[in-house]
Amino acid sequence: MTVLDFIQIILFFTLLIGLTPILGNFMYKVFTGSKHFMLPVFGWLERVTYKFSGINPDEETNWKSYTFSLLMFNLIGFIFVFLIQLFQAQLPLNPANLPNVSWHSAFNTSVSFMTNTNWQGYAGETTLSYFVQMIGLAVQNFVSAATGIAVLLALVRGLARKTTDHLGNFWTDLTRSTLYVLLPLSILFAVVLVGQGVVQNFKTYDTVQTIQGATQVIPQGPAASQIAIKQLGTNGGGFFNANSSHPFENPTPFSNFLELLAILLIPAALTYTYGKMVGSTRQGWTIFAAMLILLVVGLSISLYAEYSSNPIFGHLPLMEGKETRFGITNSILWSTSTSAASNGSVNAMHDSLSPLAGMVAMINLMLGEVIFGGVGAGLYGMVIFVILTVFIAGLMVGRSPEYLGKKIQKFEVQMAIIAVLAPNIVILLFAAWASVSSPGLSSLNNAGPHGLSEILYAYSSAAGNNGSAFAGLNANTVFYNLTLGFGMLIGRFGIIVPVLAIAGSMAGKKKTPSSAGTFHTDNWLFIGLLIAVILIVGGLTHFPALSFGPIVEHLQMNNGITF
Amino acid sequence: MSTKQNISLFNRKLALQAVKDSFIKLNPALLIKNPVIFIVAIGSLLTTIVVFAGIFQGNFSLFNLNIAIWLWFTVLFANFSEAIAEGRGKAQAESLRKNRTQTIARKIEGKQEVAINATELKKGDVVVCEAGDVIPSDGEVIEGIASVDESAITGESAPVIRESGGDRSAVTGGTKVISDRVLIRITSESGNTFIDRMIALVEGAKRQKTPNEIALSILISGLTIVFLLAVATLPAFFSYSLSASGLPQSQNLTIPVLIALLVCLIPTTIGGLLSAIGISGMDRLLQRNVIATSGRAIEAAGDVDVLLLDKTGTITLGNRMATNFIPAEGVTVEELADAAQFSSLSDETPEGRSIVVLAKEQFNIRGREVHQLNATFIPFTAQSRMSGVDFKTDDGTIHMIRKGSSEAIRSFVQSNNGFYTQKIQDIVSELARQGATPLVVAEDKRVLGVIHLKDIVKGGIKQRFAELRKMGIRTVMITGDNSLTAAAIAAEAGVDDFMAEATPEDKLRRIREEQANGHLVGMIGDGTNDAPALAQADIGIAMNTGTQAAREAGNMVDLDSNPTKLIEVVEVGKQLLMTRGSLTTFSIANDVAKYFAIIPAIAISLYSGKSGIGPLSALNIMNLGSPQSAILSAVIFNAIIIVMLIPLALKGVQYKPVSANAALTKNLLIYGLGGIIAPFIGIKLIDILINM
Repeated sequence: MTVLDFIQIILFFTLLIGLTPILGNFMYKVFTGSKHFMLPVFGWLERVTYKFSGINPDEETNWKSYTFSLLMFNLIGFIFVFLIQLFQAQLPLNPANLPNVSWHSAFNTSVSFMTNTNWQGYAGETTLSYFVQMIGLAVQNFVSAATGIAVLLALVRGLARKTTDHLGNFWTDLTRSTLYVLLPLSILFAVVLVGQGVVQNFKTYDTVQTIQGATQVIPQGPAASQIAIKQLGTNGGGFFNANSSHPFENPTPFSNFLELLAILLIPAALTYTYGKMVGSTRQGWTIFAAMLILLVVGLSISLYAEYSSNPIFGHLPLMEGKETRFGITNSILWSTSTSAASNGSVNAMHDSLSPLAGMVAMINLMLGEVIFGGVGAGLYGMVIFVILTVFIAGLMVGRSPEYLGKKIQKFEVQMAIIAVLAPNIVILLFAAWASVSSPGLSSLNNAGPHGLSEILYAYSSAAGNNGSAFAGLNANTVFYNLTLGFGMLIGRFGIIVPVLAIAGSMAGKKKTPSSAGTFHTDNWLFIGLLIAVILIVGGLTHFPALSFGPIVEHLQMNNGITF
Repeated sequence: MSTKQNISLFNRKLALQAVKDSFIKLNPALLIKNPVIFIVAIGSLLTTIVVFAGIFQGNFSLFNLNIAIWLWFTVLFANFSEAIAEGRGKAQAESLRKNRTQTIARKIEGKQEVAINATELKKGDVVVCEAGDVIPSDGEVIEGIASVDESAITGESAPVIRESGGDRSAVTGGTKVISDRVLIRITSESGNTFIDRMIALVEGAKRQKTPNEIALSILISGLTIVFLLAVATLPAFFSYSLSASGLPQSQNLTIPVLIALLVCLIPTTIGGLLSAIGISGMDRLLQRNVIATSGRAIEAAGDVDVLLLDKTGTITLGNRMATNFIPAEGVTVEELADAAQFSSLSDETPEGRSIVVLAKEQFNIRGREVHQLNATFIPFTAQSRMSGVDFKTDDGTIHMIRKGSSEAIRSFVQSNNGFYTQKIQDIVSELARQGATPLVVAEDKRVLGVIHLKDIVKGGIKQRFAELRKMGIRTVMITGDNSLTAAAIAAEAGVDDFMAEATPEDKLRRIREEQANGHLVGMIGDGTNDAPALAQADIGIAMNTGTQAAREAGNMVDLDSNPTKLIEVVEVGKQLLMTRGSLTTFSIANDVAKYFAIIPAIAISLYSGKSGIGPLSALNIMNLGSPQSAILSAVIFNAIIIVMLIPLALKGVQYKPVSANAALTKNLLIYGLGGIIAPFIGIKLIDILINM
């Protein structure tokens, strides 16, 4: 690694830490209905939205109504995206005359975008029309991220309030996070990206003659607007199949740096918003620190694996699958961030990462996408681990466990366990099924442990609503489209519903004031505990499977054998 | 008194019974109450079937047999821990109940008296008890007054007075009337007395899990499901890896190996010890002569963060003591002391006695017999509000010495044409301001001076409160005194807050306020008027000397009627929760080492080529002898760690009154870090032994 690599990494984290309280504080104002500078810009739009859809923004609901609204909204979104894919040939804005999408691919894609996963079993430029990309996918990019924020907001209110059943209004939360946070940031970001050379047009695809004399079709499209939100909203679904390694999606080192930062920006800032809303920014920073430590440790292991010599290539940098414009450090920084943040966009092929770096990405997914994680989703997933940590360790101070003054009892533990189980069921059961069944195995391009890694990665990505792929696996089959689709659903709503139930139950509780006898959840000791619980409860489950995949691959590579 | 002794940890008789019970508890209907251990039992059964199937097919596997045996041991050890805890708890409680089994009750039916067996008594029956009778069941005195020997349950030899009406009407089954005759209305049916309920709390069949215990069971059951999934899907991944390494599918993981891995990963340690921890918490309460009526109460005790403490008996010794004589102008202090002592010679109140003692200590004035001095003792009455003596001197004149409140003495001297000086009034005001009680002494028309009576704060109580504060518990002193007096004592004792001139309604209101602010309140009380507050408090400890109403309202009864018990109860509750948390952490932390024992063992052949030793043997960081010994060592460690931790589960983790952070750091180092390291050492040692 060069000094420049280190400077870039340090600059990246400094900016991330610096922007967290700024954006976090702004979001705090937005979500608590205080005055903020975006109000004069989009305030009218918010009012029009409510008036048009007959919503009373001040009417708060209990957790059941909140959940019902959320599920209905997502269901309608899913049906809409599903249908427009099935009939895209008959719909406008299809200059490439792409045919209708197969039912199973349409199912997978609409689930994928609704759940903020953005797993893509298809290649964007050869499958979907501009209409589907814009009206279907881009809209879901916004609202799936906003849905994640809404769930988080309900949870925060449940923790911050006492003896009430009011958790807020789903429609208000959805509208505000879209209008004041996601939309302005995306517009700003899209403009910068266009300035860097990202395409934004409705042109038909260009057909050009290459220097070698071959004919090449160069896809076009309204890319910048979608790339902005795909990064900011931890969506990750590329406009083009090559995602952020495509020069039209990610043309310059500067655009690469910004897109990298955009992956983690909102999830990181939400920890500050969280702290502010529960009445102690220390609580937010504690969670931020735990996330950051896990991220940096993963990054270090990956960089070490990529830069260290191995018996096959010696000291040569492992450039297979990486975009030469960005180099190793930028590729690894991206692969670690995108897998940690449930983003799933890529600027290098994860399939080609060294076994340990690939494993770090996989562990990031398997831990439940809580290292910053998806917009909203990462933090509410993390709070589940916080609750488990408090429950396990809190007893050791001689009080029944409480978090932020709220007692953690039977119901919360039940729901937390369901939320932990849901993604694990997907990863373990579906991956086991795929690894012994012929429809599962026939999609594999690689043999040996690497093939197993590809399967594990795919289901971990679905369960964690990440969306990145280990490639090497042809996932556009009925088997994979369906199992991954259901995996994404379970991984998303198997956590959202228990989280909202916890929010409802917590809101009804009294708040015990803090004292010297309280188990403190805002110090280094707790950060250490939280990390230990995440690794042991969230990670150890996958140790056997990982040892048959990337671990054995790593050990074999040191013996000079690859797959 | 047996309850005062600690039953030794592995008393021979109890241990034998517990061994027997461990087998009885193999009954699936009982086992299923503990899901984690139930899974282990199913695993043991499956492994046993595999062993026998092997024998019939002619390929007996010693390894499988060993696994089966140690899996059964795991179940038995878990059962044993519960059985021994139950046994100890029952032994403790039985010794309380023993006295009562053969009691004959003299039941009143109409006008007649019928002798029936105590066990046949119904609630509402009226029985008569005379000197020498054992009270057949818990009840309330409805007529008469008697002295009762309660040593059978409290260990306190001095008899206590029980009378109808008032705050001392409740009697406990098994105690003995030693004088007079009382009518008692039975308030608890046989089998439903406090002690019976306590026994039910420790007995397996009837034992209700407490809320935190339920939540913890859900957590460990959830973890069990997670690991069940991980193990159940393993053959699929393994099968893939076998094909990829060019090995035959017949080498896939066997059922005993999978079960061994599962049992090692699921939290069997805490699963096996959870009920023992709960029962021994009850047991520790019983050792302190406190009976809880629900398991929930003892858990709540750990959470209590506000204690309402009665001043009298808890914070102060209970009686005011004379500490000083302050003479009036023209009177010597000896003269005052002499008169004060003389007037108190027949005064049997603690205050009176303390005056006699003080005069003797300070001025060596000896006590005299009142009747030898031609003196008559004038007792304190509510009307006169003073007491004293009348005595005849040799010349035949009658003199009157009186002591009492300043108002009473003022009117006394003025009625004798004397003066009550401003100086005396100043002394009185000054003492009252300090929180003391001034008692004015006068002889006929002359005021002699003032006795300084003071509440004596118990030794060591201030330090106790400081400890409580460190643990985050706030103390509130409750007293009927005026706020001046209360403030002075509160400051001296170091309580955080006080309530002066508190009525029962005030207490109830205060508890509700604290609870509304999210606090959990503990209190101890005795009178009927305490009942609402006791019922409202999260922890209400009724003194055994108190009324039946108070005892029913609270969720614990203190047989010793010692108000400081409240603090001990809180400590028992905290210790119980700490023990649970520490062993859960230990249990979960253990998994790390077990993976490093078993994964390399099962995966040794994968991708091994011709050598037979594959790359994953690199994970064998403990350098265990063979794959089979590695798996067996992990299973054996997993079983015997349960036995080794039984003493800890029964005694509870070491408890010190420190802040939450200090307690956490300490327990985390021992049980968290220890939990990661211990199995590495343990498994390695067992492996060495196996391979010797």
